Amino acid sequence: MLLFPVLIGISIVTFAMLRLIPGDPARIMLGEHATEEAITRFRESAGLDDPIPVQYWRYLQRLIRGDWGRSIARNEWVTVELAQRLPATIELSIGAMIISCVIGIGAGIISAYKHNSVFDLVTMVGALVGVSMPVFWLGLLMSYVFGYRLHWLPPSARLTVGVELKTIAEAYNLNLSGPLGGAATSVLSFLSNLYVFDSIVTANPTALIDSLKHLILPSIALGTIPMSIIARMTRSSLLEVLSADYIRTARAKGQHERVVLMTHAMKNAFLPIITVIGLQFGGLLAGAILTETIFSWPGMGRLVVERILARDYPTVQGAVLVIALLFVVLNLLVDLSYAYLDPRIRYE
Amino acid sequence: MEMEKPPSKNPLQPTRIRAQSSLLLDAWHRLQRDKLAIAGMILIALFLIAAIFAPWLSPQSPIAQQLLLRRQPPSREHWLGLDEVGRDVFSRIIYGSRASLQVGLLSVTLAIIVGAILGAISGFLGGWIDQGIMRFMDILLAFPGLLLAIAVVSILGPGLMNMLYAIAFVSIPVYARIMRASVLAVKEQDFVMAAQSVGVPQTRMLVREILPNCLTPIIVAGTLGIATAILDAAGLSFLGLGAQPPMPEWGTMLGEGRGSVFTAPHIVFFPGVAIMLSVLGFNLLGDGLRDALDPRLRM
Repeated sequence: MLLFPVLIGISIVTFAMLRLIPGDPARIMLGEHATEEAITRFRESAGLDDPIPVQYWRYLQRLIRGDWGRSIARNEWVTVELAQRLPATIELSIGAMIISCVIGIGAGIISAYKHNSVFDLVTMVGALVGVSMPVFWLGLLMSYVFGYRLHWLPPSARLTVGVELKTIAEAYNLNLSGPLGGAATSVLSFLSNLYVFDSIVTANPTALIDSLKHLILPSIALGTIPMSIIARMTRSSLLEVLSADYIRTARAKGQHERVVLMTHAMKNAFLPIITVIGLQFGGLLAGAILTETIFSWPGMGRLVVERILARDYPTVQGAVLVIALLFVVLNLLVDLSYAYLDPRIRYE
Repeated sequence: MEMEKPPSKNPLQPTRIRAQSSLLLDAWHRLQRDKLAIAGMILIALFLIAAIFAPWLSPQSPIAQQLLLRRQPPSREHWLGLDEVGRDVFSRIIYGSRASLQVGLLSVTLAIIVGAILGAISGFLGGWIDQGIMRFMDILLAFPGLLLAIAVVSILGPGLMNMLYAIAFVSIPVYARIMRASVLAVKEQDFVMAAQSVGVPQTRMLVREILPNCLTPIIVAGTLGIATAILDAAGLSFLGLGAQPPMPEWGTMLGEGRGSVFTAPHIVFFPGVAIMLSVLGFNLLGDGLRDALDPRLRM
C-alpha cells in the first residue's frame, strides 16, 4: 500500500512548514502580540527545545489525537474551524464536478459522434480556451455580468442575507448528550454546513433554492478547466473506440445507433475519462482557493489565503493537511474504481 | 522487458545522430503544417516582442499615475483605459508580459533542470536511490500544485522571484517522472548496450547517449508547463503572494482592480485577456509539438 508512506510524507511536510518559516516557531504559533513570558511557557510546554525527531513524533501523536492546535486569528480550535469550512468547499467541488461532467462528457460525445462538424470545432476551440483561462478572472467577469448587470444570479456568498437556515440539530430539537454526544454533534454540524443537504433535510425550500442559486456561478467558474479537459478526453477516447471492429460488428448486426454509442462504445471509452475526472477532482481543491476568494465563499481555500496573510500558521498547517489528505484519498478512490470498471485490472 | 523492441537501424553513433536530426527536421515540417501550432507560435512571438521592446511599444509609463482620470474607460489616448489609480492599462499589460514570461520560462527551465537530473539519476541507477527520489516526488505530488506553491511562498515570503522558485519547486516531480520513464525505456535499447559493450563510462553514457534520446517528452511537457506556470503565477499574484505593487504584472493587476470590477470592468477585463492569450499560445504550441514529435501520443 502506497498510501501510508505518502501520509507520513504529508505530515512531515506540514510539520516542516512551521520550522522553515524564518523566526521562532513559538512566536509564530502564538502570534506577533504574544508576551515573552507566554512564549517561554509555550516553548517549554510544546517541547520546542527538544530534538526535531522527538518534536515530529509528538506532532504526529497530537494529529492523531485530534489536537491540531488553536488558530491565532480566531482563538478557536483549528479542527473546529476546519469542520466549519470544509463542507462549503465540498459543496462547491461537487457542484463544479456535476457541471463539468454533464457538460464535458455530453459535449465530448456529440463532438466525437459528429467528428469534424461545426459543433466539434466550436467545442474543441472552446475547450482550448477553457483550459487557458484564469478561473478567477472568469469568476470576476461572471459575477459582473450575471450578478451585477443582469441580476440573474447572486454574485457572491452562500446564502442571501435574511434567508434563514436552521441546523439539523435546531430543526429537530436534537439534544445530544451521552458518551457519543460530542462526535454526533460534530457530524451533525458538519452536515448542517452543507447548505443544500441541510435545507433538504430541514425541509426548507426557500433556502434550498437560494443556496443552489448561489452555487451556480462559482461552480461554473471552478468547473471550466475540468469541463474542457473532460470534453477533450471524452472525444478522443470515444473516437478511438468508435473505429474498433466490434463497433462495426454492432452496427452491422443492425443495433440501434444510440445503443452502439451509449452502451457498446461508452463502456470501453469510459476508463480514460474516469481517470481524467478523478485527476480533475483533485485539481478542484486547488482551483477552489482562487474561486472561493472571488465569490466570498467561506471554504477551505479562502481560509488558507486569509490565514496566510494573517500569519495564522496553525490554521494554515491544518488546512494544508486536510486538503492534501482529501487529494490523496480521492486519487486512491480513482485508482480503485479502475478495477471495478475494467476487470482486466486487478490489485494485489 | 520481453516486448518487441523496434529494430535499431544502426548502432554506430554517426548514423544515429543523423537519424535524430532528421527526426527533428521531420517534426519541424509536421509542426509547420499544423495551423493551430502556428497560431500558438504567433501569439508567443507577439508577447515576446512586447516583453523585449516594452519601453518602445508602450505609449505611457506603466507606473505614472493620472489621478484625475482614475478608472477612465478605453479612449483614443488610453486604448485600454486607466486603472484605479490612473495608470495606463495598455502600457501595464505590455510591461506585464515581462514578469509573466519571465516566471513562465525561468520556472519551467529551473524545474526541468532539477527534475531531469533527479529523474535521470533515478532511472539510470535504480535501486534504493530510485526508490528514495521517486517516493519523495510522490509526496510532493500528493499536494495540489497551487496549494504547495502557496505554502512555499508563505515560507519564502511574497515576491516575484520567490513565486518563481515556488512554481519551479512544485513542478519538479512532473519532469522527474517523465525523465525517469524515458530513461528506463531508452536504457534497454540496443545502442545503449552497444555503447556499454565497448566500455563507455557510466557518466558519459548517461549524458551523451541516453539523455539526448529522452528529451522529446520533456520538451512537450515543458511547453505545456509554461502555460500552467503563467496561470499559477497569475493566481498567486492575484492573491497578493507574487509580484508586489506597483510592479506591472497581470495577476497583480487583476488583484488590485478586483474592487473596481463593478464600476470599471475594463481594469480587470484586459489583463485577463492577456493571461488567456499567452497561456493559449503555449498550450497550442505544446499540443502541436506533441503531435509533431511523437505522433503516437496524438490526442
